[in-house]
Amino acid sequence: MLEVKDLEVRFGAVHAVRGVSFAVPEGPFGLGLVGESGSGKTTIGRAVMRLLPVHGGAITFEGTDVHDLGRRALKDYRRAVQVVFQDSDSTLDPRMRVAATLAEPLRAHRVVPKDAVGARIGELLSDVGLEPEHARRYPHSLSGGQRQRVAIARALAVEPRLVVLDEPTSALDVTVQARVLAMIRRLRDERRLAYILISHDLAVVEQLCEQIGVLYLGRLVEMGPTRELLGSPAHPYTIALRSAVPEVGVRERRRRIAIPGEPPDPASPPAGCAFHPRCPAAVDACRTTTPELRPVRSGHLVACHRAEDVMSGRAPIEPVPAAEQTAQR
Amino acid sequence: MTDVATAVTTRRRLLVPEALRGNYLVLGGGLVLLCLVLVAVFAPLLAPFPEDAANATHAANGLQPPSSAHWFGTDQVGRDIFSRVLYGTRVSLEISALVLIAAVAVGVPLGVAAGYFGGFIDDVIMRVTDVFLAFPALLLALALAAVLGASAENATLALAITWWPWYARLARGQAASVAGRQYIESARALGLSNFRIIGRHVLPNSLTPVLVQMSLDAGGVIITVAGLSFLGLGAQDPTPEWGLMVAHGQAFFTTHWWVATFPGVAILLAAMAFNLVGDGLREALDPKRVIFR
Amino acid sequence: MKLEVRDLSVAFGEQTVVRIEALDLSDGEVLGLAGESGSGKSTLALAILGLTGQMGATVAGSIQLDGRELVGMPEQELRIIRGRRIAMVFQSPVSAFNPVIRIGDLFLRALRHHGVERADARERANQALREVFLPPEMLARYPHQLSGGQAQRAAIALAIALRSELLIADEPTSALDVTVQAEVIEVIRRLQVQERLGVLFISHDLAVLGELSDTLVVLRAGEQVESGPAAQVLEAPQHAYTRELVASMPKLGGALS
Repeated sequence: MLEVKDLEVRFGAVHAVRGVSFAVPEGPFGLGLVGESGSGKTTIGRAVMRLLPVHGGAITFEGTDVHDLGRRALKDYRRAVQVVFQDSDSTLDPRMRVAATLAEPLRAHRVVPKDAVGARIGELLSDVGLEPEHARRYPHSLSGGQRQRVAIARALAVEPRLVVLDEPTSALDVTVQARVLAMIRRLRDERRLAYILISHDLAVVEQLCEQIGVLYLGRLVEMGPTRELLGSPAHPYTIALRSAVPEVGVRERRRRIAIPGEPPDPASPPAGCAFHPRCPAAVDACRTTTPELRPVRSGHLVACHRAEDVMSGRAPIEPVPAAEQTAQR
Repeated sequence: MTDVATAVTTRRRLLVPEALRGNYLVLGGGLVLLCLVLVAVFAPLLAPFPEDAANATHAANGLQPPSSAHWFGTDQVGRDIFSRVLYGTRVSLEISALVLIAAVAVGVPLGVAAGYFGGFIDDVIMRVTDVFLAFPALLLALALAAVLGASAENATLALAITWWPWYARLARGQAASVAGRQYIESARALGLSNFRIIGRHVLPNSLTPVLVQMSLDAGGVIITVAGLSFLGLGAQDPTPEWGLMVAHGQAFFTTHWWVATFPGVAILLAAMAFNLVGDGLREALDPKRVIFR
Repeated sequence: MKLEVRDLSVAFGEQTVVRIEALDLSDGEVLGLAGESGSGKSTLALAILGLTGQMGATVAGSIQLDGRELVGMPEQELRIIRGRRIAMVFQSPVSAFNPVIRIGDLFLRALRHHGVERADARERANQALREVFLPPEMLARYPHQLSGGQAQRAAIALAIALRSELLIADEPTSALDVTVQAEVIEVIRRLQVQERLGVLFISHDLAVLGELSDTLVVLRAGEQVESGPAAQVLEAPQHAYTRELVASMPKLGGALS
């Protein structure tokens, strides 16, 4: 349904997205884009929404290039593809009541006839777990979680086929996040939605997505079905990312795979494989040649010169022993 | 998540009344303002000698000191100053309203367009604005008076021309700031047209400082108009404009103080009232007063 | 070092923001303070440092550091304790530093303020940076030239250089990438074990707290709803809210093969 091919986005001299390709089929389907700062995941989301200019590659929706659309066609595209942003504080116009905020897209796209707008607003509100009386409220008298629900309702108002969710719950309290994520899952099944879930949180993405793409410094370094990617990752970064996620549950001093340093500055990327300065498995080739994204198993793609070694355990990715315990504990 | 500040929770108020409640200066100013408006509206009923505000003259009664018949005395051609001051309220309020409305009507749309679209449009509009900003009000009024003749209308025109650039700048700054907010991006993502986005989202959210500025400016306009009339560039006889009246009275100020003084006090009162209200509005609507959640 | 908080309540006017029955922290121990927004956890941190007074709060109850009562202590004495004995690390690392002072100068000033000789101060600063895996050239940089993770580690290094006994960390890793967060957690853990640093770790992230804490206290809307050994609180939560918190944490399934 949505196809992104060799996407390139630049901000001045900075290459935010370099040659990213992926596809999203019809819903229900979830594609997770995971990465840290500088990974370009947010930029990809905005490029898909045509909120940014694109400098290379193509984004096609049902065969038509999204960036060539005229005004009419663009409006239709916006009906089919929607977005929910991260910041619930400023995502709603502070001067408009919830009802007005929801009515606006309904009217702009003539989703329902004028006299049915009120009823549809009521339906949308209950779909996202809000009460009818919330319609009369202003954003400032809603909690963060409630505002985010309104933002989701607004996106769903136009009956989209694909929704880009850009860190939809990162700014919310943990208990609220759990509820909102559960709601997203339910809506996806009810409406047969497809979504691109952009997040830095692997656990969140695992819950909601069938497929995961791991981004590092503007490139896809690994892409595959969720189970497989998390179960037997083929890229050192994916392994480190997975290992870095703290886990509740039984308290054991886990041995973690630590990678030194920080995600590099997108303005001055390392030569060759962007990850090589931090990679425990780096070899000479990694310093000079950028690895291409290639399949290691059916449906599982990796951009690493040593992917096979990594998967088979021959690469030296050792967990660093955590600080030892004293007898006291 | 600064829950430190959560403790001092206050809900954001989009309406003003609660914030104004404790501010006596503002209430005082507002009261005076209200009186001025009422005076302007009911001047014909309140003025003991309404014809004196028009063409009537009573040469025999000239320069009478304040008395029970003429509370503010009479001017050099015998007109009741009290009545003229009352009618003068109309003139001043009308002119400042016209100037401000014209300035806002021209300046705000231009400023909002510049702030929202940025780039080339911004550059063009701002350069035009810069040109107009360079006009000194006084010289422009002089020039217009020379070319078109001195009158209250031409003074109004001169002031409107010199005042609109400030509103353009103000609106531009606000609009640029609003345009970067996420709800504008969301509106774009929803497929709304630029026109709609500006009309329904950018403009309403940019108006607050404009309104505050208008109330602060009103006092300034009144003073400037009075000044122009004082210099003979604005209202002409027999219009009961305060500045003009002060001009008439300055010649014999030491001997017949009342002719210039009462109109002068009226100017002072009106300007102060607007300033107080404007200050209060600015404080009440200042987003920093809002305590975060 | 022993920190004891008893019957503490911090109020802003009518509203009580935090109420703590009992809280204890000793050397080499990590106490995790868990709570969502509005739980009062940051206020508690500020109260321990005596910084709530200037915000207009009233503090009642007892906070004792090695037997000395901190509540009501005069400002001059508090200033000696702050930094020297209790150090604090905030959520936003870069903005916690004065942007016009180099990191090195900041270290020197802080150390000098607490009576350390110049030559000693330099040595201590370098030593501290080593402990947090930062190169010595960091001292020559300005705060904005540091990344988030580096700045956080620099803030922790300051605590080490000052030989603080208690580190209060308020959401120190929330603004950081997860791989960087892992590093900072490691640094704190090493300090806890090697320097016997006591740490009060405040976070909304139960997973991070679960990894690091020995004892866990759960705050909700200013009330202490549960406390106990971390493992126990997380595996067998007594209070409904704790249960909800634990259940809400998205957990990564699928063990690494």
